[in-house]
Amino acid sequence: MLTLGSGGEGALMYYNEMFDGTKVREAYAGLADWIDHMPAEIRQMKQAEAEALFRRIGITFAVYGEGGDPDRLIPFDMMPRIFTQSEWRRLERGIKQRARALNAFLRDVYGRGEIVRAGRIPARLVYQNDAYERAVVGFVPPRGVYSHIIGIDLVRTGRDEFFVLEDNCRTPSGVSYMLENREIMMRMFPELFRGNRIEPVDGYPDLLRRTLESVAPAKCQGRPRVVILTPGHFNSAYYEHSFLANLMGVELVEGADLFVEGEFVYMRTTEGPKRVDVIYRRIDDAFIDPLTFRRDSMLGVPGLMDVYRSGGVSICSAPGAGVADDKAIYTFVPEMVRFYLGEEPILKNVDTWTLWKDDDYRYVMDNLGDLVVKEVHGSGGYGMLVGPRSTKAEIEDFRLRIQANPSNYIAQPTLSLSTCPTFVNEGVAPRHVDLRPYCLCGERIELVPGGLTRVALKEGSLVVNSSQGGGVKDTWVLSE
Amino acid sequence: MRLKITHHSVYRYDAPVGFVVQSLRTTPSVFEGQKVIDWKVSIDGADAGPGFRDGAGDWVQVWTIRGPVTEVPVRIDGEVETTDLAGVLRGHREMVHPMVYLQSTEATEPDAALRALAAEPAEDLAPLHLAHALSGLVSDAIAYRPGVTHLNTSAAEALALGEGVCQDHAHVLIALARVRGLPARYVSGYLYADPDGAPHEAAHAWAEIHIGGLGWVGFDAANRTCPDDRYVRTGSGLDARDAAPIRGVRASTGMGAEELDVTVAVEAVAP
Repeated sequence: MLTLGSGGEGALMYYNEMFDGTKVREAYAGLADWIDHMPAEIRQMKQAEAEALFRRIGITFAVYGEGGDPDRLIPFDMMPRIFTQSEWRRLERGIKQRARALNAFLRDVYGRGEIVRAGRIPARLVYQNDAYERAVVGFVPPRGVYSHIIGIDLVRTGRDEFFVLEDNCRTPSGVSYMLENREIMMRMFPELFRGNRIEPVDGYPDLLRRTLESVAPAKCQGRPRVVILTPGHFNSAYYEHSFLANLMGVELVEGADLFVEGEFVYMRTTEGPKRVDVIYRRIDDAFIDPLTFRRDSMLGVPGLMDVYRSGGVSICSAPGAGVADDKAIYTFVPEMVRFYLGEEPILKNVDTWTLWKDDDYRYVMDNLGDLVVKEVHGSGGYGMLVGPRSTKAEIEDFRLRIQANPSNYIAQPTLSLSTCPTFVNEGVAPRHVDLRPYCLCGERIELVPGGLTRVALKEGSLVVNSSQGGGVKDTWVLSE
Repeated sequence: MRLKITHHSVYRYDAPVGFVVQSLRTTPSVFEGQKVIDWKVSIDGADAGPGFRDGAGDWVQVWTIRGPVTEVPVRIDGEVETTDLAGVLRGHREMVHPMVYLQSTEATEPDAALRALAAEPAEDLAPLHLAHALSGLVSDAIAYRPGVTHLNTSAAEALALGEGVCQDHAHVLIALARVRGLPARYVSGYLYADPDGAPHEAAHAWAEIHIGGLGWVGFDAANRTCPDDRYVRTGSGLDARDAAPIRGVRASTGMGAEELDVTVAVEAVAP
């Protein structure tokens, strides 16, 4: 187990979340023993047990665009990722601050657009953005909240160095893994939870439900009826939709289960139509209402947008919320924090070169081999280049794609993502991790202490997306 | 001018249909050039949503019919007092940033021919002169001829044909304006035809182009003019589909056909 801290050459460049040299860091003090005393046979048995549990629960995540088995399990690593209370507090403040700024931005750009008038963000990036939704201009949703569930992807590069990689303001997925990972860990290693004071995450469904209820329209009478709108069981995140509906005690519906009549939206039930007040939709803007958006869509509810605009129903996240989270707008989030909140950003952005600027373009093209290049609207780790991990041919191929449409790309330095000890075939080795906490915005802004830690299981890989061979870990926040 | 508008549409279905939902944008815009004296929209047997004014200043209202029905009669009747503002949409309250209207759509996507036409006016023309020049080019390029184009004809197709109706003139002009960096949009409304004038479509459409300092200005390339007091403006959008006065869907059990009868009349009346 002495090899824990060293993962071969290069490992020293990266911040190891468990080890400071050979010394175990405070957060992991209670875990070192546990690792040392787990023989390989037990570990393999436990790993098989965990997999069986995941299979039985049915939690799977299809991988877009790769074909193959759509019910593939996302690999689960039993080694938890741990934060101390004080580390978490700072993260939490930073996340909440960012969430407030993002919602203030959305309210602004669908209103007077002060940040554009003030010259802090180019008008083109906002108003010519594909995600900017003209149909909701001038409409302020309940409590002025547009994005109710914000997934903020963070990476760590040092003890106090956290960077935001991207914001997900539409319908971030993965929270079911946060809950299931904890569930599985508690079942398999109850002794760990007796010996360590770990903040619970199982309050998330309640918190989500209260958040959604708190943004019911003014016309709602009595306790708001919340539903989750799913595109259906062919969707890769369908498991999560039904999981959350189940835990929140709300209905899971498809477009065909809802209809508009007069000034409200109703759900068809065996006891007749029931009025719906809040729709947590897990389908994209383009598909929610064929009368306003894509008219070939069969997934949505005709007339829904008109009811929404006249205050008959709330839609979470608000249509148009996506304008706050594309990679071009991302570079301006620190500016939003200063502009709307008058504060300095607690969480840093990664330096970003925007390829539609001539200077940036030249720099990026001259240094492609050292940079990470991403599509402005890409997600899931597709359509990106990790320069230092790519072959010459891959880099040249990507260069051509950039040249064809520079404004479709941004570039960032290759970050030294922190590593966390991870069970691998050879034993325990450091692997790179990121973190996606889920921030809930309604009457209050809250988040449960934890999130989804994704781990790049391939040695040396910096891409943690499940579609690119990433796995997940339980994420602990220690109480004081 | 006081204009009386009668716009009656009847959607007829072979087989009974249920859950008809229609989103209507058929109420005259509020600006200095027009004042609504009286305006009534009704759909027999339908529930009306409360309606709202959207960010572009249009009044939108959703109507629903649970059904089953075999026909849906939409009746729009009203009177509007109009004033000639030489096409300028003065006093119109809207919040959408003009830049949003630089976005191209399928119907207005420029091809090489549209780009070439857009390049004809001199580069240094002031925006207003450029807009007039482009509108004139469209009037010359497309002869008014009903029946050769259809609802889904694109600007590029209409220009290639060299013929079309007001929808095509508007689409082509919008495409040209956007190529030259001028925000442009499609406007639906009504047009009063003088008894001795050229034949017009009473349900009409034209384009608006945004000119810095002046705001939105209407251009009716089909009639080589800017909208005056013969025009009643009801709604706008990126293209004809987006600006459609009536958008609807229905849940149908069978594969029944739909038939639409429309009567539109615009008359000048004494105040």
